[in-house]
Amino acid sequence: MPKNNGVRGEARMVPDASFTSYYGRPVVKAAPWSNDIPAYLFLGGLAGGSSLLAAGADVMHNDELRRAARLTALGAIGGSYLALVHDLGRPSRFFNMLRVAKPTSPMSMGTWIITAYGPAAVLAAASEFTGMIPPGRLSRLVSFANRPAGIAAAMIAPVLSSYTAVLLSDTSTPAWNHGFKEMPFVFVGSSATAAGGMAMIASSVHNAAPARRLAIGGALTELLAIEKMKASMGVVSETLDLGTAGKLIRLSQFLTIFGALGSIVFGRKSRAVSLVSGLALVLGSACTKFGVFEAGQSSARDPKYTVAPQKKSLQDGATHARPKTRWDVLRNPYHRQRSSR
Amino acid sequence: MSKTIVHLGLDPAKISGWDVAQPRMGFFTDTSLCIGCKACEVACKEWNEIPEDGLDWLGISYDNTGSLGASSWRHVAFIEQAVPGGRTDTPSSASALDGSDLRWLMSSDVCKHCTEAGCLDVCPTGSLFRTEFGTVVVQDDICNGCGYCVAACPFGVIERRTGSHGTKNVGLAQKCTLCYDRLVSGMTPACAQACPTESIQFGNLSELRSRARRRVEKLQLDGNRAARLYGDDPNDGIGGAGAMFLLLDQPEVYGLPPNPVVATRELGQMWKQAGIAALTFLIGAAAASIER
Ligand code: SF4
Repeated sequence: MPKNNGVRGEARMVPDASFTSYYGRPVVKAAPWSNDIPAYLFLGGLAGGSSLLAAGADVMHNDELRRAARLTALGAIGGSYLALVHDLGRPSRFFNMLRVAKPTSPMSMGTWIITAYGPAAVLAAASEFTGMIPPGRLSRLVSFANRPAGIAAAMIAPVLSSYTAVLLSDTSTPAWNHGFKEMPFVFVGSSATAAGGMAMIASSVHNAAPARRLAIGGALTELLAIEKMKASMGVVSETLDLGTAGKLIRLSQFLTIFGALGSIVFGRKSRAVSLVSGLALVLGSACTKFGVFEAGQSSARDPKYTVAPQKKSLQDGATHARPKTRWDVLRNPYHRQRSSR
Repeated sequence: MSKTIVHLGLDPAKISGWDVAQPRMGFFTDTSLCIGCKACEVACKEWNEIPEDGLDWLGISYDNTGSLGASSWRHVAFIEQAVPGGRTDTPSSASALDGSDLRWLMSSDVCKHCTEAGCLDVCPTGSLFRTEFGTVVVQDDICNGCGYCVAACPFGVIERRTGSHGTKNVGLAQKCTLCYDRLVSGMTPACAQACPTESIQFGNLSELRSRARRRVEKLQLDGNRAARLYGDDPNDGIGGAGAMFLLLDQPEVYGLPPNPVVATRELGQMWKQAGIAALTFLIGAAAASIER
């Protein structure tokens, strides 16, 4: 088995005049996460955006769109649970996280967010199957609860879509940490794009108007936020341009612009263009999540992105003295003494 | 310097809810005394029953461990460099073929047992905890192997163990425990015990801190102006380390981050940004839904 901390095969250790490192070896460690995690980011976003769309359609009596969006949310949240459990290895490990609620751990908070969101989304979607549920108490419960459940899911949905940015940013992975101000906007934009695109695929042009608006707004937000994020990341922004991450981000931008233009120009008229644009938007959103994820991983593997910004902050005379914040208070009680199961 | 920070810096155990007052324990690794023998690496592996993780030649220097990791809780860095200024006062110097002076820097790296520990902050199960000695330890029976701590550590210390099925604690986050099991019985951690030159010193952290300051002053007076302490300042980005170092060159030369800051320091702002984004999303989606 090769050493897992080794520098990857490609030569990454081009010496840079402005920084030194220990034989080009990484300073921080990349998260040991596979593609399950970006898939989870994408599917969670798709579910969240779809729940919002479904609740709006429900209130507006747009039955076709409501149905399409609720079923998308159901499928997507199911997929994200699967991705999470696959990443952890066993379902019990998911439940293991419910033993604590730690505000300093975005993963712990996220576990509670999807635990609250999941049942609401499932209940809302269940009413779309009432034809299949035999009449009786269960079917009455489902038809009574579907709207409140749908609204509840839509209330949690925006947080479901944006917390994942905090999940990535609260690490020492340079590209994730330095982008913390804008990444939530990139992520909600990407969620809106995905949900809008999926609903354009799944419903008729006539009923998909809200989906098109959501997708176009999302695409704009996502495209602008990613540029702004790069501008605030200093040298680390390179990681969003180079290698696999760069390819994914460029592909995402192409697909998103293509899909958004398609929906603006032909969305109302052509079912075929709607299908293609919708697909482009969904794929564009996935590429964004995978691209941001990859940028983080490659930024962690190259010591330059850890050392250079820190040297700069030292030169700028950054001081760490800071006022006592709420986080100091919150942090500590959760680091309890040895806890037993 | 605010009172709170000093307080945080000295007694993380108390803040974490330990009533039994124990002095904070830690390491002071004086790299000017290190001879690169790696006795600490071996002693650590033996005592903690750490599995073998590959006997590789890295081809970079006399260091074939490479870095700290799930199965390397002490790592001796080995650097061969041209002597700054062309002459040297360290014992470990030699002449290169071209006549220029070379020196060897050796340093035994370890988990910093941070006052504000990123790994501990982000752990979603409560597996990582603060001991009564102020150190940071993984509880193997609670860890679910999510790997979040790996990305959260500013020093690349903690790691998820890989290996074949049946390897001890495979798939779980692993790192130095500062020999928690030895500490509770009043013993010295294995690495410090094994160190033949007392480069690794173990003890009461505040005592170690003053010893370290005296030592660096002496080295500087002796003309070693590059000598510096690392991790000794409670006002740094991690609230001060529980394992500090005396270095003879810049931290990054040894593979250490020059100015580490725990990400949780900005977590409040991160949540705020996420909240604003979520609200924008909610309003935007509502606006998109309105039909004439
Ligand atoms: S050095 Fe890393 S692993 Fe050790 S306590 Fe600090 S954050 Fe945790």
